[in-house]
Amino acid sequence: MRIVVSIKQVPETTEVKIDQAGGRVDTEGLTRIINPYDTYALEEAIRIKEASGATVAVISAGPEKTNESLREALATGADEAFLLSDQAFEGSDPLAAAHILACGIEKCGPYDLIICGRQAMDGASGQVGPSLAEELGLPMVSFVRKIEELKDGYIRVQRMTDDGYEVLEGPLPMVISVVKEINEPRLASLKGLMKAKRVEIPVWAAGDLGLDASRIGPAGSPTKVTKLAPPPPRSGGEMIPGTADEQVKTLVAKLKTAKIL
Amino acid sequence: MISKAEAKHIWVLAEQKKGKVANVALEAIGLARKLASASSQEVWAVLLGQDVGGLAEGLIQSGADVVLVVEHPKLDTFRDDPYVDVLAHLVENHKPAALLIGANSVGRSLAPRLATKLRAGLAADCIELSWDAGNLVAVRPMYGGNVLATVTCPEARPQMATLRPKASPRPVLDASRKGRVEKVDLGSLEIRDRVKLLESVETGGGEVKLEEADIIVSGGRGMGGPERFAVVKALADAFKGAMGASRAAVDAGWVPYAHQVGQTGKTVSPKVYIACGISGAIQHLAGMRSSEIIVAINKNPDAPIFKVATFGIAGDLFEVVPLLTEAVKKEMS
Repeated sequence: MRIVVSIKQVPETTEVKIDQAGGRVDTEGLTRIINPYDTYALEEAIRIKEASGATVAVISAGPEKTNESLREALATGADEAFLLSDQAFEGSDPLAAAHILACGIEKCGPYDLIICGRQAMDGASGQVGPSLAEELGLPMVSFVRKIEELKDGYIRVQRMTDDGYEVLEGPLPMVISVVKEINEPRLASLKGLMKAKRVEIPVWAAGDLGLDASRIGPAGSPTKVTKLAPPPPRSGGEMIPGTADEQVKTLVAKLKTAKIL
Repeated sequence: MISKAEAKHIWVLAEQKKGKVANVALEAIGLARKLASASSQEVWAVLLGQDVGGLAEGLIQSGADVVLVVEHPKLDTFRDDPYVDVLAHLVENHKPAALLIGANSVGRSLAPRLATKLRAGLAADCIELSWDAGNLVAVRPMYGGNVLATVTCPEARPQMATLRPKASPRPVLDASRKGRVEKVDLGSLEIRDRVKLLESVETGGGEVKLEEADIIVSGGRGMGGPERFAVVKALADAFKGAMGASRAAVDAGWVPYAHQVGQTGKTVSPKVYIACGISGAIQHLAGMRSSEIIVAINKNPDAPIFKVATFGIAGDLFEVVPLLTEAVKKEMS
């Protein structure tokens, strides 16, 4: 069994500045990490590998420094890594990004299962997983909280819903996106880091992937971001003084004024 | 691909489960009504399922002009495959200008697949939608809510958006509204159906869903242990609201993950969010900062949560919360 894990490199914090002149989010100088949601995807793949001897490939689209995150994934337990990198990818919306990743996954070899995090911490669209499935023509289950059974050509999972969970089964290959509840990710080991240094990571540009210029970057992105703004500041910070009794009385009066009570 | 010139009307997926329309779908119909009325368009509700025709009238009363009813055994319960194929078929036949879907566990799975199949633009998890000169203008949070991006889709149609639960009010039913119900015959449409639903489990036991609750009472590290969450639960129950928790409380194993509010958990925007013993880490704020009123109860007067709280109570939550619970019970009775 070969498992492909799609990861994204993101800034380690969501406390970012907006570069108004450039109309972009300024993440210069911020440490970059593997998207925390994707660490659950990677961990799940490594657990499957340990339990049944699968091969784990990680793939990412991004600038060259994304290599560091791919090496970290190798050090954590992945066997192969692939980087999709090209200036022409810049400005891709989630739909275009999924197209790029889909072409990369097709090129990187056969696969039985593709695992993604439920969304990225920065863009937070949660689109790439499902979109990838459609691009590849594969079935998909989102928000997986448990893999109940996985064998040749078959998977049964629990999917988190708004009020509980569902048990679903389907054929492989399949794409799944996972939620935090599925596992507790491990960290890269020192031995792994040493070993990861020696792994060669192929870097593929648009041409290597045979990508059509009309499907990537701004041209391949149906959506445009026209404005970036900080959230409206929250007024408030009103501290209610007094004893517990008085505080509760005041709060109840405030909630009544707000027609909550 | 659908051209801009021929696309018209605002569609809403009237997502239903077990014969009940999802609240977020009604909220989307209410919002679509406003956008459509201001731009001389119609609101079309798309109702997929099995034996669901009886729900059409309620959708018209909520603001729909047209209800497309599609009944098919494969649509009985939600799965991405059949929903994507049927919606894509309807969109290609009727060419709507926009399609709104609730940003819940159904919509956030379905919408990106559908957008990819249609080559349409999608703005995910929007908190605001408006209409400007033929374009849907969507505002969506990024970076844990620290950045609000305005997203448009200048050319591709339909313009798709998923709408965050409670971002828009639920419409008041208008029994005098008239509309048209169209039953759609799918004919020999090929519908993919690769994933089978074996079991559906509601773990909430009839509790209010976190994303849909008007009032949420959450506990954090300051709760000190699992059994002490009873205090938080009692206040949530008194409000007929839902119980939430911070990551610290979930990671400690005191409360199941389904209750987690914050960056790696759920994003909520209730009318009132009461944070008990939650210090207010940025990851937690990401999940609740858009609440209308935030009440913070914490023994540390310097806790960052007080900076975003509408009302702050510095004190012992085990003293304050039970008193508040009694007072709320009295007010609600």
